[in-house]
Amino acid sequence: MQRLIKLAIAIAVIAGAWLGVSMTVQAEYGDVVMNNYSDKAGMRPVVFPHWFHRVRFRCKVCHADLGFKFKAGGNEIDMLKIIDGQYCGSCHNGEIAWSVENCNLCHSGKPGTPTQVHESTIQKLSAPAGK
Amino acid sequence: MRKIFSAFLILGISLGTATAAEPAKPATSKKPAVVPAAAVVTAPAPASVAAAPAGDVNTFNRLLTVHKRNLPPPEDGIHDPANNETHSLQPPLEAFKELPKSTAGNRVNWVKSMNDKKITPRYDRLDPKAEPVVMDLNIVREVKGSMPDVVYPHKQHTEWLDCSNCHPAIFIPQKGANQISMASILLGQKCGVCHGKVAFPVSECRLCHSQPKASAAKTSAKP
Repeated sequence: MQRLIKLAIAIAVIAGAWLGVSMTVQAEYGDVVMNNYSDKAGMRPVVFPHWFHRVRFRCKVCHADLGFKFKAGGNEIDMLKIIDGQYCGSCHNGEIAWSVENCNLCHSGKPGTPTQVHESTIQKLSAPAGK
Repeated sequence: MRKIFSAFLILGISLGTATAAEPAKPATSKKPAVVPAAAVVTAPAPASVAAAPAGDVNTFNRLLTVHKRNLPPPEDGIHDPANNETHSLQPPLEAFKELPKSTAGNRVNWVKSMNDKKITPRYDRLDPKAEPVVMDLNIVREVKGSMPDVVYPHKQHTEWLDCSNCHPAIFIPQKGANQISMASILLGQKCGVCHGKVAFPVSECRLCHSQPKASAAKTSAKP
């Protein structure tokens, strides 16, 4: 009996910790985390707030005109592309929006956060779906 | 046996809530997060029993709410609060205050927000006056199951998007050429490329499944 209780407690602790982890992330629906290169380069991953941008621009501007694919991390954006005026750099150039010297406004994610669309349905599926 | 189960439940829930209340360090959840426990000498397990909520045992999470919504960036669990610039980012609620509400996603009705001119997102990167090429054409898709048929409005979609965003890569612009299932949408294909990621998710069934079946009307009309 004692052993059973101990086992139950151990399971509960693990379950609780797991629940805790899954419940601590409460960012905005559609927030995109990009961590293709950041962790390896010693920078925080990028958090892209979809909501902030859709208040100001329609989807078409980035996803048709600027060529952003509908896939988190799928555009393989690096700083070179940005300073050459591609992707984020089309606007974040000091003319339409603030420029690249404000590193940590984008590189603001918790280190180690994987590339994802936060709160997406696919993220919530119980079984991992194929990549 | 029942005792074990209740212990399991209480522990699980208390640990869950304790860590939820303290988003910064979920790994430290074994230590009592709420009460500075004096009796913690033995093992971490009794400590978490002591940390169980002492409130009304009959409180019940009626809506199964798992977390708060629209938290400011330093508290949202994805942004790093140790980063100074995180604190200069706009909290979502500041922007959403004046916007019409919805029941899913950001809890903002984005289509209505734009129709009501609460937001005026640019259609062109540079030209604030550029107008979208809107196509007003509804596509009705008869569905196999018992759900009402799907009405797809081009109007709302072309106000936000360009034709090339969907055609021809995601949807072949031809009647009957596209197989769509809820399973594929859940897996992020077809409508699920946006719906369930940034546009309203599949929990909002009736926003798409909005037209009563014609066949149902017909059969009921028969003698």
